[in-house]
Amino acid sequence: MSGAVATAGAPSRPRRRASSQRGRAWALWGSYAALVVFVFVFLVPPFYMVATSLKSDADIAAEVGNPWLVHHPTLQNFIDLFMMPTFRGYFINSVMVTAVTVSVSMVISVLAAFGLTRLGFKGSAMLASSVFLTYLIPDSLLFIPLFQVVRALGLINNLWCLALLYPTLAVPFCTWIMIGYFSSIPKELDEVALIDGAGYLRMLWSIFIPVALPGIIAATIFAFTVSWGEFLYPIAYLYSSDQKVLTVGIAGDLIRGDVFQWGKIMAGCVVAAAPPIVIYAFLMDYYIAGLTAGATKG
Amino acid sequence: MADRSAVAVSLPPHRMVRRSFMRRLLERRSTVALLMCSPLFLLIAGLVVYPAFYALYLAMLNRRMTQFVGLDNFAFLLKRDTFRLVIFQSCLFAVSSVVLKSFLGFVLAHLMSNIPSGRQRIWRGLLLVPWVIPLALSTLGWWWLFDPSYSAFNYLLNALGIASVPWLGVAWPARLCMITVNVWFGTSFFMIMYLAALKSVPEQLYEAAAIDGAGTFQKMFYVTVPMIRNVISVTVLYSLIVTFANFDIVRILTNGGPESKTHVFATYAFQVGIQSGDIPLGASVSLFMFPLLAVFAYFVLRNVTRRGKEMTV
Repeated sequence: MSGAVATAGAPSRPRRRASSQRGRAWALWGSYAALVVFVFVFLVPPFYMVATSLKSDADIAAEVGNPWLVHHPTLQNFIDLFMMPTFRGYFINSVMVTAVTVSVSMVISVLAAFGLTRLGFKGSAMLASSVFLTYLIPDSLLFIPLFQVVRALGLINNLWCLALLYPTLAVPFCTWIMIGYFSSIPKELDEVALIDGAGYLRMLWSIFIPVALPGIIAATIFAFTVSWGEFLYPIAYLYSSDQKVLTVGIAGDLIRGDVFQWGKIMAGCVVAAAPPIVIYAFLMDYYIAGLTAGATKG
Repeated sequence: MADRSAVAVSLPPHRMVRRSFMRRLLERRSTVALLMCSPLFLLIAGLVVYPAFYALYLAMLNRRMTQFVGLDNFAFLLKRDTFRLVIFQSCLFAVSSVVLKSFLGFVLAHLMSNIPSGRQRIWRGLLLVPWVIPLALSTLGWWWLFDPSYSAFNYLLNALGIASVPWLGVAWPARLCMITVNVWFGTSFFMIMYLAALKSVPEQLYEAAAIDGAGTFQKMFYVTVPMIRNVISVTVLYSLIVTFANFDIVRILTNGGPESKTHVFATYAFQVGIQSGDIPLGASVSLFMFPLLAVFAYFVLRNVTRRGKEMTV
């Protein structure tokens, strides 16, 4: 193929190469320029959130000058927020619910993925597909019957109903990610482990989990983002301040009647968005591996 | 390989022992597997399958849940203008957001693949920020940007000599605002998916196309698109489901207003079922989503089941 190019294109070769190089340089700089525009647009809301969080209430209410600039930066909003017991409560609630959800989801999904890929039973391939089907069920489809279920369990306005419900959102995709990673581990490994007399749980613990660690990190990050950012279940099932989590607490409690404490609301958003962003900044590759697991391996 | 031959060599002496051991193992194997999957079963059966059927039952009760009314709730909903608007609004929101996200994501993925791979990391990192911030929080930020009195956007418009726009106070601008927020949030997800797919297209195909005289756009439509078709369809369908069922954006930006003109299924079901306490009617509203979601999900699954079959047992 390349030989054919070389002979056919020989006479005009230098010129064509020069023009294609120029074209490539244009494409490169054009791409950079377009990317700058995209990044700029994408970062406008986060920038404005951070800028507002650094303004004093007086600055925001004054309505003079450019709202995009911070004239007198102050950390007062953040200090006020952390002095508020309710806000600290939201943060602690979010952390507790997320910690329980993530650990429960990971135990369930690692066990299930191991059972499905390595041990198997009749219909386990079908079950793996139906796990993916569950992942496609959005939270807003079932929240009303779940309201009745939660009420029957006596968990309305109880923080822990979230720890019960969040795994339904996280487990299917985590299981899916783990199925992908476990299937890629060579069969010979299990045989060796079995002959060495290891039980299944030991095999899972000392071979599969260490080998599939990247998948476990990706699935953990997914479970974390789901339970940290979920909005519908807490707004539907929780109403008192001491039970709320960050996503609903910020909007609900800092707006009293017509008074919007925008500085504090935005500071709250910045604080609440910080954990996912920090995790993302340090573990971007795992994060992206988790994101794309559904499509590229499918 | 080496391990396996070592095993084979050491086998003959205790073959008898091994066979009965293996048989017991096979018997136990599926039991162990079932046990390991049982938490997953319990979770899905109790909190997904049961509520789904329960929703069907609930939707056929009257408001006080004392009487069985058949399909009256559905008929009642379809007669109401507000609900017809909800159907229209949900479809408009989902379809236009997904088309825009898909298009912009495709463009972004190409821009990214044009730049050297060493530089991609930082750009990818910046572009994915909208996807990483929890949607409920970033929508609060957008709400503040759209705020009519101290609006940041209106300030810019006024600076350019254009009159202020009541962003969320009038139905059509509000709808466009919702779509904008959703596109802002979801485009980077499409970019990541398409970028991963683009990397899997063999370079030789482009070279071959170039030799045949294909231009940039011909390469895109005759090489790139067919090669990544599978990823495109899975991503689009998945995003259609999620966007169609979106709650956060509409709830925070307009809460259905002005005059219930901007509700989507999720927010309307919330208002009817949770806030007004008419659980059966709310359940019927969200059940209306089901047929459409089922169709989308069917096509996603068709693309995905191959993985289930490939899965070695």
